[in-house]
Amino acid sequence: MSLSKRLGAFSLDIAFSAPAHGVTALFGRSGAGKSATLGVIAGAVRPDRGRIALGDRVLFDSDRGVDVPMERRAIGWVFQDARLFPHLSVRANLNYGARRAKGRDAGVRFDEVLGVLGIEPLLARRPSGLSGGERQRVAIGRALLSQPSLLLMDEPLAALDAPRRAEILPFLARLKTRFALPILYVTHSLAEVVRLADQLVVLDNGRIGAQGALADILARADLPLLSGRADAAATLDGVVAEHLDQRGLSRLRIGDVDLFAPRLHQPVGEPVRAIVLARDVLLARVRPEAISARNILSGRIGGLAARADGSVMARIALDGGPALLSAITADAVQALKLAAGEPVWAILKSVAVEGAAPGGLLALFDD
Amino acid sequence: MSFTPDELAAIRTSLIVATRAVVFALPLAVAMAWVLARGRFFGRTALDLLVHSPMVLPPVLVGYGLLLVFGVQGPVGGWLLRNLHVRLVFTSTGASLASAVMAFPLMVRSARLSLEGIDPAIETAARSLGAGAWDRMATIVLPLAAPGVVSAAIVGFAACLGEFGAVITFAANVPGQTQTLPLAIYSALQVPDGDATAFKLAGVSFALAIAALAASEVLARRVSLARA
Repeated sequence: MSLSKRLGAFSLDIAFSAPAHGVTALFGRSGAGKSATLGVIAGAVRPDRGRIALGDRVLFDSDRGVDVPMERRAIGWVFQDARLFPHLSVRANLNYGARRAKGRDAGVRFDEVLGVLGIEPLLARRPSGLSGGERQRVAIGRALLSQPSLLLMDEPLAALDAPRRAEILPFLARLKTRFALPILYVTHSLAEVVRLADQLVVLDNGRIGAQGALADILARADLPLLSGRADAAATLDGVVAEHLDQRGLSRLRIGDVDLFAPRLHQPVGEPVRAIVLARDVLLARVRPEAISARNILSGRIGGLAARADGSVMARIALDGGPALLSAITADAVQALKLAAGEPVWAILKSVAVEGAAPGGLLALFDD
Repeated sequence: MSFTPDELAAIRTSLIVATRAVVFALPLAVAMAWVLARGRFFGRTALDLLVHSPMVLPPVLVGYGLLLVFGVQGPVGGWLLRNLHVRLVFTSTGASLASAVMAFPLMVRSARLSLEGIDPAIETAARSLGAGAWDRMATIVLPLAAPGVVSAAIVGFAACLGEFGAVITFAANVPGQTQTLPLAIYSALQVPDGDATAFKLAGVSFALAIAALAASEVLARRVSLARA
């Protein structure tokens, strides 16, 4: 998928491509042009110039005069406000798009949607009788069942309070693993990005600030939207290996590395994503004894980069695969004689994993 | 209470004239309401004023205008007579036309209020789910506007039952043809012993008006219940 476009009053000038599967997050502060971008892709807003294509299907091309109307773009659109049809039952809402799919099949089954989103008990209800979270789940189901080639999600959690948000996030995470369609997810919440996104496009004032794989973007400390809030971070994808109830911990397996996190809700075997902030990683030349941190991992310095504020960002390649970042002072580099290739111990002060009680450590990223 | 054949004819004429007027005018009124509520085009304000003008003009003037346009010498009336052999002046069809024109702005206003209450965002959602313009109209807009459309029909019906000036000017006062209830009451009051007839027909008018109001209440409640 590739697109570029320009709008009159607010100048939006972006070009990006997203893979045919997985979640691409469109991230930026309010007014950065995220929602406008979705509107253009969906066909609600006509760009002055540009080209939008889904795979090899061209939806808009100003040079060739192509402009497929919204109702024929086969793009599911989930709005901030659920926008359910008030005069129809939940079941009829869900079927609205499905009945108009015209033989299109994105592999989304009715029963599966009910299961993944947990909306089976709501089928006979009217939208007016649903909670905000329930409404949003129905809206997501309705968009999915229209068998779209692409799912747009416009801050689907923004209108909900924190408990509702926490209620829906796991559904969204399941969505991405269960259905094969690409998702373009607009948000200004770094927590949602960190939890859901595979690819990240950072929008700033109608321009693209950065784009790439989530782990690469999070590892950069120079991005205006990320720095000062959460600093650089390492993204570690793995699975829940074991629950240690007596110790109140869960063991995560990341590559060949074991990581301990506060007891998680997720069952053993479930994929998890752990985020480790650079400022939460201390370095030592000898293995520290009698220390409160639970995660002490051995590795080697992969590289050292001086930062604008005088500190140094160290990249540590752990023995067994994943890499961590550590923000240290230039003085520490001197004192510990750190250099690329030198063995070190990384001490992780905290590991953020969604699903840890209460509320999840990713609250750290919330604004 | 018993009615003379002439009185029964007036009641029947009123019901026929009003029903036919509403059946033909309602779809046009809803369409006009939609255009005025959502349309963004040059001359919208002028169209709005034209549609509403029967509300502020003297009904006799509207009837006279209809005579000019739809009379046998008028551009539209002459064409209808020559090509379709339809004569509107002094006929029951003409009475329907005159009362429909008078009731039209009321019907447009009522339908427009509920059309304007529909969030365009809901339609965008329907569109993104693959619904084209007519599809959205049939499955989203009209069902959501149903209370307004129902009340437009009833308000229009009541207004048609009561229309006097435009009907008598354009369709005259022909018993059994164009003599609706208000015209029959007026005629009865012109003759020395017509008080009893006038009183009876006034009672019928009153009963029909109350019944229309009650029907609109019941229907509105049923529609809103069905949506809750």
